[in-house]
Amino acid sequence: MWDYSETVKEHFFNPRNAGAVAEANAIGEVGSLSCGDALRLTLKVDPDTETILDAGFQTFGCGSAIASSSALTEIIKGMTLDAALNVSNQDIADFLEGLPAEKMHCSVMGREALQAAVANYRGEVWKDDHEEGALICKCFAVDAVLIEDTIRANGLSTVEEVTNYTKAGGGCSACHEGVEEILTRVLAEQGKSFDPTAAPPPPAGKAKLTNLQRIRRIENAIEAIRPNLQRDHGDVELVDIDGKNIYVNMTGACSGCQMASTTLDGIQQRIVEDLGEFVRVMPAQAMGRPA
Amino acid sequence: MATSISPDAEPKGIYLDNNATTMVSPEVVETMLPYFTEQFGNPSSLHRFGDKVGRALKQARQQVQALLGAELDSEIVFTSCGTESDSTAILSALKAQPDRREIITTVVEHPAVLTLCEHLEKDGYKVHYLKVDGKGRIDIQEYMDALSSNVAIVSVMWANNETGTLFPVEEMAELARSAGVMFHTDAVQAVGKVPIDLKNTAIDMLSLSGHKLHAPKGIGVLYLRRGTRFRPLLRGGHQERGRRAGTENSASIVALGKACELAMANMDEEKTRVRALRDRLERGILAAVPNCFVTGDPTNRLPNTCNIAFEYIEGEAILLLLNKLGIAASSGSACTSGSLEPSHVMRAMDIPFTAAHGTTRFSLSRYNTEDEIDRVIEAVPPIVAQLRKLSPYWDGDGPVAEPEKAFQPAYA
Repeated sequence: MWDYSETVKEHFFNPRNAGAVAEANAIGEVGSLSCGDALRLTLKVDPDTETILDAGFQTFGCGSAIASSSALTEIIKGMTLDAALNVSNQDIADFLEGLPAEKMHCSVMGREALQAAVANYRGEVWKDDHEEGALICKCFAVDAVLIEDTIRANGLSTVEEVTNYTKAGGGCSACHEGVEEILTRVLAEQGKSFDPTAAPPPPAGKAKLTNLQRIRRIENAIEAIRPNLQRDHGDVELVDIDGKNIYVNMTGACSGCQMASTTLDGIQQRIVEDLGEFVRVMPAQAMGRPA
Repeated sequence: MATSISPDAEPKGIYLDNNATTMVSPEVVETMLPYFTEQFGNPSSLHRFGDKVGRALKQARQQVQALLGAELDSEIVFTSCGTESDSTAILSALKAQPDRREIITTVVEHPAVLTLCEHLEKDGYKVHYLKVDGKGRIDIQEYMDALSSNVAIVSVMWANNETGTLFPVEEMAELARSAGVMFHTDAVQAVGKVPIDLKNTAIDMLSLSGHKLHAPKGIGVLYLRRGTRFRPLLRGGHQERGRRAGTENSASIVALGKACELAMANMDEEKTRVRALRDRLERGILAAVPNCFVTGDPTNRLPNTCNIAFEYIEGEAILLLLNKLGIAASSGSACTSGSLEPSHVMRAMDIPFTAAHGTTRFSLSRYNTEDEIDRVIEAVPPIVAQLRKLSPYWDGDGPVAEPEKAFQPAYA
């Protein structure tokens, strides 16, 4: 079963402010499509100060929905309506010392009930502005609707891009099949087809680069360093790459500089970071000598 | 509004979730232990270390054969689990009959079959999902209409894991045979609970899972009728006559054999004592709790299963409060599953969502006692009452007037 925090369990087993408030003058009724839970929040608001004098909840839902409702009422009692509207679903989750990713929507339902109740008090009609879909990425709690919208809005076409924009798939990568399915569907609507080979695998970790990618990345690292050297009237050029050995020519003021070996160390460090593997940067004069 | 239930549960607890998994019988554990130590040999080996293991596997195969009423022990193929057996059966039928591009199954199958079928649809296969009525029964006419020479395999569960409702698989297998179509049944919930006599049926393939009948997890069986065209899922060895490569899980196979022998010996107890306990539990709860009802087909179901829908409350909350008292059950509620999907079985039976969310499954075994059942009957009503006090659909002693109208939340 779920890994609920002690606070979640405590608020579920001993819910605070359960039941409807007498003489309520603000009522919010919302439900979560993703799991069918629903919540009615009743508030008694002081008309002069707009302070929430009392809050009560009635919830049709699971343990974390009941705990989130209980937490919400505890948080907002005594607040002004404006202050209460600043309570986010993350505040509710934090109050409960966290919720499982799959259960974050319970805290969202709490925040929406609050918004609906305030709208009801002010004679406005509350309209929900977000749609929730099936949870795809469990590591970062990203749902299908968000992924789909992001793909459309930004013209994404690869799993890697989806990860960069939404974080979905950036954790354990188990949801990549699900992300690919959404990409396939959305791209098909646009008359395109999903090409899993369109992007290179993410450079992070131990992913192996092709020779060409590796050379480009080394060149880019050196290009990035050159302006610094040029400011001191020096320069560096790539001569050759032989496995783990990278040979460069130090030119201009760098040539013969006493700091040349320190500069080489700096270049080496930069390339190591960019490549994610250990390499040695050496002066071209060292070429052909046994390493 | 603090809870009035005190956590004075006994440490052992009351286990009423036997459709999820079962305790391994002490006799089964005892039987399998030597196969981790002195009988560790590879049954394929010629020497004395392997020889005895080979003979133990033969005995286990015969014990499974006896429980299933199979004609031959060579029709028993050991696998790693029920899911592997299901996948092997369906994929084999498709591979062996490449011209047949359709599958017949039901909307209430276990995900082991359903998810595979949905996946196969993406590969262009056509799947007929037989619908069920409010009691979880299929329409045999709809089934007959779907049978054709385009169908590679019918895969229909013997008993439903959530409601215990039995499908007429023997009759359906006869119809499939008449139409020249292979028939597979996922009997994971039925084996050991209802008598099975495969040699007198037209069933070509059957899946079972050890851990549902007091054997360990990680062992399953695919029954494969002699002469059924077959293509293995795993190739790479001569084990199981080349039909399932991979070194035999000998300790678990021996354990499953013993568990089948025990299930055979206890079959009458399932039909009598376990059924009586289940009925006692069901009657006790229905009498004490207003606004609840049994889901599925109460007149035609497994003797150990009882699924009750408690209206206007949610299943996970029920389970958490039961668990606090040391009582283990399960729910069709969306919130208890990792996927957050409400039970597809309850949806298929058209159970209103205010009831489907509160469905609670109690599944018994021969290890349950009357005293345990009486304690559960006592525990359930206050839990339901406590949660209804929190429910927006409930007021005092009953549901609010016209609940679906009185409370109409804005869904997002």
